[in-house]
Amino acid sequence: MTLQEIRDLLNADILTGGNQMQAEVISAFSADMMSDLLAFGSAGSLLLTRMTSPQVIRTSDILDIAAIVMVRGKIPPPEVIQLADELNVTILATRFLQFEAAGRLYANGLRGNIDQADERHAAV
Amino acid sequence: MKRGLSAPLRKWMAHVSVCEKCSYENSFPIDGGNYDNAGQVSGKIKTILKDMGIGNNVVRMVAVITYESEINIVSYARQGMIRLHVLPEHIEIEAVDEGPGISDIHLAMQQGWSTATDKIREMGFGAGMGLNNIRNFSDIFHISSDVGSGTRLKMIIHIQQEQNC
Repeated sequence: MTLQEIRDLLNADILTGGNQMQAEVISAFSADMMSDLLAFGSAGSLLLTRMTSPQVIRTSDILDIAAIVMVRGKIPPPEVIQLADELNVTILATRFLQFEAAGRLYANGLRGNIDQADERHAAV
Repeated sequence: MKRGLSAPLRKWMAHVSVCEKCSYENSFPIDGGNYDNAGQVSGKIKTILKDMGIGNNVVRMVAVITYESEINIVSYARQGMIRLHVLPEHIEIEAVDEGPGISDIHLAMQQGWSTATDKIREMGFGAGMGLNNIRNFSDIFHISSDVGSGTRLKMIIHIQQEQNC
């Protein structure tokens, strides 16, 4: 699924990375804790999150995340958008809540990069 | 390669040139409490490794390890540093800090255990997974700590032959 298709499905605004809309996203996941992101995130996947902190940008950069979808209408402060621009991290913003956004993407064929936590992660 | 050199010498010179290309050592200081810059050092390390031609998997493992280490130093220590040493067959990372130390390492290594403040949780950290993530992404992991003095982590990540420079 391309970022453009994701943008259309979620009626999302492009905050950064407007020239990346033809990029293919191979899978998706949702996380709000950065350590979850680091444990479960994978390169080329789409991140759905409620977080708008600089750390979500830096963590996405570390993992080579394809793009971030910030849900429920949250817009990050200008310095966070600037950081994303500097690090070439693409951000889309949608008014859909996290569950609804994930459901719309799943219903259109996008799948999770990991479907279940293993025993080590489930312990937390 | 010069034509006049003997075969063993040519082989040795080729080896030296590969090793020089693959070797890198540097230390990066980190300020405790400087949340605005948390992640800068690991971003820098990731760029260095990519530029050296290290494979994506290894780069990602090192990036996660150094990022979690950096966040720990920013969150809990007065100051610290991350030392990166890239060798032809493996990468050594040391994360050393001056801080309160950890009184019970066994407890600190348990997932979900955390002494994170609200500020740390606001950033999305403090789930008690950092040290576990570091251990899970390392081939060799060692932690030692002195209460009132600081904590030292040492990690080794093997570079697979095909991923070598």
